[in-house]
Amino acid sequence: MILDTVLTTSTAMVAQTAGLLDTDSFLVSMLLKVALVIGLFLSLPLIVGYMEHKAMARLQHRRGPMFAGPAGSLQLVADGIKFIQKEDVIPRAADKWVFAIAPGMALVPALLIFFVLPFGPGVWAADLELGLFYALAITSISVLGVMMGGWASANKFSLIGGLRAAGQLIAYELPLILAAIAVAVQAGSLSLVGIVESQATFMVAGTDINVWFVFPQILGFTIFFVAALAELSRPPFDMPIADSELVFGYMTEYTGLKFAMYLLTEYAGMVSMSALMVVLYLGGWQILPGVPLPGCEAGGGLFDCGVLGTLIGVGVVMGKILMLTFVMVWLRVAYPRLREDQLQRMSWLVLVPLSLVNLAVVAVAKVVF
Amino acid sequence: MSASDLSAREISHPATAPGENLNLEIVGDGAFTTADMTLSVGPAHPATHGVLRVVLEMDGERVKSAHPVIGYMHRGFEKLAEHRDFRQSMALVNRHDWLSGMSNEIGLVLTVERMLEMEVPERAQWIRMLCAEYNRILNHLLFVGSYGLELGAITPMFYATRERERIQYLLEAATGGRLHYTYNQPGGVKIDLPKGFLQQSVELIPDLRKRIQDLEDLLLGNEIFMARTKGVGPLPPDVALSFGVSGPTLQATGIPEDVRVTEPYLKYDEVEVPVPVGENGDSWDRFYCLLGRMKASMYIIEQIHDRIPSGPVNVKLPKMVKAPEGSTYVRVENPLGSLGYWLESDGGRTPWRLKMRTASFSNVQSLPYLLEGTLVPDAISVLGSVFFVVGDVDR
Repeated sequence: MILDTVLTTSTAMVAQTAGLLDTDSFLVSMLLKVALVIGLFLSLPLIVGYMEHKAMARLQHRRGPMFAGPAGSLQLVADGIKFIQKEDVIPRAADKWVFAIAPGMALVPALLIFFVLPFGPGVWAADLELGLFYALAITSISVLGVMMGGWASANKFSLIGGLRAAGQLIAYELPLILAAIAVAVQAGSLSLVGIVESQATFMVAGTDINVWFVFPQILGFTIFFVAALAELSRPPFDMPIADSELVFGYMTEYTGLKFAMYLLTEYAGMVSMSALMVVLYLGGWQILPGVPLPGCEAGGGLFDCGVLGTLIGVGVVMGKILMLTFVMVWLRVAYPRLREDQLQRMSWLVLVPLSLVNLAVVAVAKVVF
Repeated sequence: MSASDLSAREISHPATAPGENLNLEIVGDGAFTTADMTLSVGPAHPATHGVLRVVLEMDGERVKSAHPVIGYMHRGFEKLAEHRDFRQSMALVNRHDWLSGMSNEIGLVLTVERMLEMEVPERAQWIRMLCAEYNRILNHLLFVGSYGLELGAITPMFYATRERERIQYLLEAATGGRLHYTYNQPGGVKIDLPKGFLQQSVELIPDLRKRIQDLEDLLLGNEIFMARTKGVGPLPPDVALSFGVSGPTLQATGIPEDVRVTEPYLKYDEVEVPVPVGENGDSWDRFYCLLGRMKASMYIIEQIHDRIPSGPVNVKLPKMVKAPEGSTYVRVENPLGSLGYWLESDGGRTPWRLKMRTASFSNVQSLPYLLEGTLVPDAISVLGSVFFVVGDVDR
């Protein structure tokens, strides 16, 4: 609600392309948007989590969850019920208020980013002119919750974990943003919908072959992917959690719902980062480069798709998100964990220079072609 | 004051903490003060395989000094053995290092047999060797898996567990036990191998070789694994010898010491025992030696398949096995290193004193040397690659 007020009053963050949920009544469209965002926020991480359970199990010659629901598909729901029933333990020496607020502090930004992510033709809550800026800015707030949790737990393992998370965020924010800027330069827009649109019309120079940004910017995509993994503390960059060193890092002292909130933050982060990659590099809801969805008319086959086209478009985005998250799971299965200093070295000495090169090349190419 | 209060006081920032409790070190002109942190890793910590406690004095993430605190799992095996006869003691010694029960039993049984100057049937000796080598692979598989886990790779553990299951199934068929076999007795083994055991064993080895290759591909050549282990915790040969380190940890330093080769027992002088050696004694080399020892064991098992004779597997024992007065010391190559039993007998049916020289105890001695100056993640990498079982340390 606050967000929408900000959007309507601020001049910089004007909503651009109207989505399907924009109706004549402000109240109705606001409720629809909030319902969409909350619904996606609570369901997508569960789907990704189930996929992780099953994919990891298959890669490790196990069967994964089998008994809760068909093929174990309700395992995470059962886990959620278990978390609710757990005793809420607050260590006596903990800073109680900070300790209690921290998981929420991590969770809310993970929710807020869903407001700008386009999940299909017209399926978004708001298309901001500065959508990309907003998304990147919001994701950085989550680390505050992590640091607060680490500090307030009055546990040395938590403290080290929280500080590692902070160091990791500072190191990887830069390559992440630099890689995203290159996309914005190429697209000539900061609006996430605008970026999808410009990918649909982006041609290889001198031909009429349509390609997504992942092809000219494969380097940028790689940097973005690695940096996103590090920001999310996903293996092989999970040093803030590092169960064999720090027990469970900043989450060591958390139980029950608060612990579940941190977990939800991680999986929602996986979804939103993957969705960002889909938008920035993988052509949004296009099935293949240059192939419009059935029934779509406006905007080079991107908008006004009718029921079938919209559903297919949403399906395509979800499929791409699942593919990217699967790669994240795959990396978790295949790789050991890096060391914190190796991670920092990799960021400052490899990823940041490479992302600057990428940005320069893209900028020059943009002017030349 | 409760424990949680204590931890809160120690964790607090130098700016708010009472100064007298902190070992403050003034850097530069005093504008930047840091305090050391004491981190107690263990006794219940995911990286210590049991209840070893390592107290780390840390400056940031760097370990300034490390003190292993042992004894959380002292079960008094040496004393308990004084009240059990030699057959009952089998059930004791396969428990102090619970991952190498068979090798432990063989160690004690050889000690007793040497005291009694007992002739052991050929077949029994070969069967003991076969089981000991399988037990060695079992032990090493677990360490391969858990070492991966310590470095953050979860998959090797599942792969290792799967292979362990097959070997345990085989050993269970012969001995009835999966972890604590109690299969040996003075003069031989309890019963002969079951029908089809050797056939299954012959079929298992090629599979096992393939799976261990998988594990090797998954870890040994992995870039991140190399970055985490190459050059981490190097142990020079002279330091290793002075601490009495043995097993893969010693072999990694470049010393091809292996009791099976230098002081052969059973029929090890009749088979070829390859001994892998490392170069720098770092974590990578230790892990490499672990995998190399598994391959060596498989090679030995193949030789045993070809040579195992038929015949009786034990001798008829008197109602009471009494060792003559005197003492003896026997070394065997345990999976984790050299294991020794020193048995002193007063002629009774129980040992007067049974002293155990266990590999893990000596390996843990080297931890303060290895951990000094490392980072916390490296400390875990070293801790996992020194190869110890806490029950074997505390006994």
